Amino acid sequence: MADVGTFNTTVAGIDAVAPRLGEGPSGAKPRPALSSRNIMLYGTLTIAALYYLLPLYVMVVTSLKGMPEIRLGNIFSPPMEITFEPWVKAWAEACTGLNCDGLSRGFWNSVRITVPSVIISIAIASVNGYALANWRFKGSELFFSILIIGAFIPYQVMIYPIVIILREIGIYGTLTGLVIVHSIFGMPVLTLLFRNYFVSLPEELFKAARVDGAGFWQIFLKIMLPMSLPIFVVAMILQVTGIWNDFLFGVVFTRPDTYPMTVQLNNIVNSVQGVKEYNVNMAATILTGLVPLIVYFVSGRLFVRGIAAGAVKG
Amino acid sequence: MTGQAQAGRPIKLLRNLNAKIASIPMILTALVIFVGGTFWTVFYSFTNSKLLPRLSFVGIDQYERLWAAPRWVTAIENLALYGVLSLIFSLVIGFMLAALMDQKIRFENTFRTIFLYPFALSFIVTGLVWQWVLNPDFGIQSVVRSMGWTSFTFNPLYTPEIVIYGILIAALWQGTGLVMCLMLAGLRGIDEDIWKAARVDGIPMWKTYLFIVIPMMRPVFITTIVIIASGIVKVYDLVVAQTSGGPGISSEVPAKYVYDYMFQAQNLGQGFAASTMMLVTVAIIIVPWAYLEFGGGRKRG
Repeated sequence: MADVGTFNTTVAGIDAVAPRLGEGPSGAKPRPALSSRNIMLYGTLTIAALYYLLPLYVMVVTSLKGMPEIRLGNIFSPPMEITFEPWVKAWAEACTGLNCDGLSRGFWNSVRITVPSVIISIAIASVNGYALANWRFKGSELFFSILIIGAFIPYQVMIYPIVIILREIGIYGTLTGLVIVHSIFGMPVLTLLFRNYFVSLPEELFKAARVDGAGFWQIFLKIMLPMSLPIFVVAMILQVTGIWNDFLFGVVFTRPDTYPMTVQLNNIVNSVQGVKEYNVNMAATILTGLVPLIVYFVSGRLFVRGIAAGAVKG
Repeated sequence: MTGQAQAGRPIKLLRNLNAKIASIPMILTALVIFVGGTFWTVFYSFTNSKLLPRLSFVGIDQYERLWAAPRWVTAIENLALYGVLSLIFSLVIGFMLAALMDQKIRFENTFRTIFLYPFALSFIVTGLVWQWVLNPDFGIQSVVRSMGWTSFTFNPLYTPEIVIYGILIAALWQGTGLVMCLMLAGLRGIDEDIWKAARVDGIPMWKTYLFIVIPMMRPVFITTIVIIASGIVKVYDLVVAQTSGGPGISSEVPAKYVYDYMFQAQNLGQGFAASTMMLVTVAIIIVPWAYLEFGGGRKRG
């Protein structure tokens, strides 16, 4: 009990996950390191951590083994002979249907989908959030409410009408179509994120700029943008991981030669033809998870903010 | 002239024009996609559209057929079982991990990084990894057997009765880190004086958590439940990757039913009816929450 934090943290929101400030001599009375309480505490945490790490470990070791070793050994044993062949094969040779050029194609498709989707959705949502925060007009709150409520509607309900619209325009099955879809469905959470951020900025700033004669775009570009870099980073993290990990839109709105990485990965691993090459499958799985994992490890605490915002989208 | 609203009396629509232009994507999305698309799908769920949507109304025929289909009933049963279990387990595990993390431990950042990293991975990756770990010939079952316990059986992905638990294990692995983070934020928001008071009164720690801290964290719990619940209804990729709905139809879920009927079986009417039922399910979850949260003039905390 005495060890429970002694610091008042008045927190609103996810930033609270940050460790308490002033960790130092002002803390609770030190206890012996090997008290039974500590053993219980760290023991439980370590066991839990092992459960979370186990699949990652299994993925890595499996991808470094040859198939004969996989058939003999167990999945937890480290590889006796490390081979990178499965990785090469997963990247450049694995087959989906008739194509045998590996996951590289899906990777580049995903890049071509993710980059424009992230840029467009953030551009739209940031300007929109700014308009909603500082330039409200009649009906703006109503549309915003519809947008937020709409975020809870299952995608399955809206998919087919979008298919029809895209087909009518003539971009169904193209990457452009998918980029539009991602921009649409990224809008609720991103707009909410930016709107709340711009609302939290001091209003005097905006008023002063208005008095000085600055207009809509001038205030946005010269005052708001430079002040809101962190929120842009959060939005980017959110969108990059979300769009990269998407499967449903990829499978509905693209064709086999433009499939994003997740769809291609699923087709490679779950194909019924041929001998299952588990090492290649695991290498392919890691390759697909690598981009969001890198984003996660590099971005650290900002990621937590991003997903906390993104989780609201459900 | 139009740019300056104060000068003269410009046309009303042109006031604040830039903001309106900036909001066009939002307005279009809200009206055309969210409202229009939803009504369109609900409307066409009363037709017998097959390959293409067409306007021949059959009343609630599609819904009768839907609820008579064993595959849909299985999907709903799976969703209910999976939903209840995943809600309970993610809350319990997430809260317990958060409570442990809140004991001023060392390496807190390391532990949090480990608990949360699966959340960065897609459901496809999650499903495929656990498909491999639970593989009966090479995975956990075979490892335990090779250690000498030869009759050990743990093969959820190929056993229709328990396949949904196999999916649950993967889903919990992926999602509990997020719940932990939300709960930890909630715990850190509890005033330290509460803990001091409980300690002075000699209340045991578990009682403080159960009867004081958790009731105080009600808003956090509600938010978390809404997040988990709306994720549950959408569960799709995980099942596709891990079991493809098998063995047989034993791990089907509604979202997969919708996709299969819309884009593979070319039975649009069934797909529309099934997706409308998904919408109803979400409404059942969201409307009471929205009422509690925003209704009654109470502002969100």
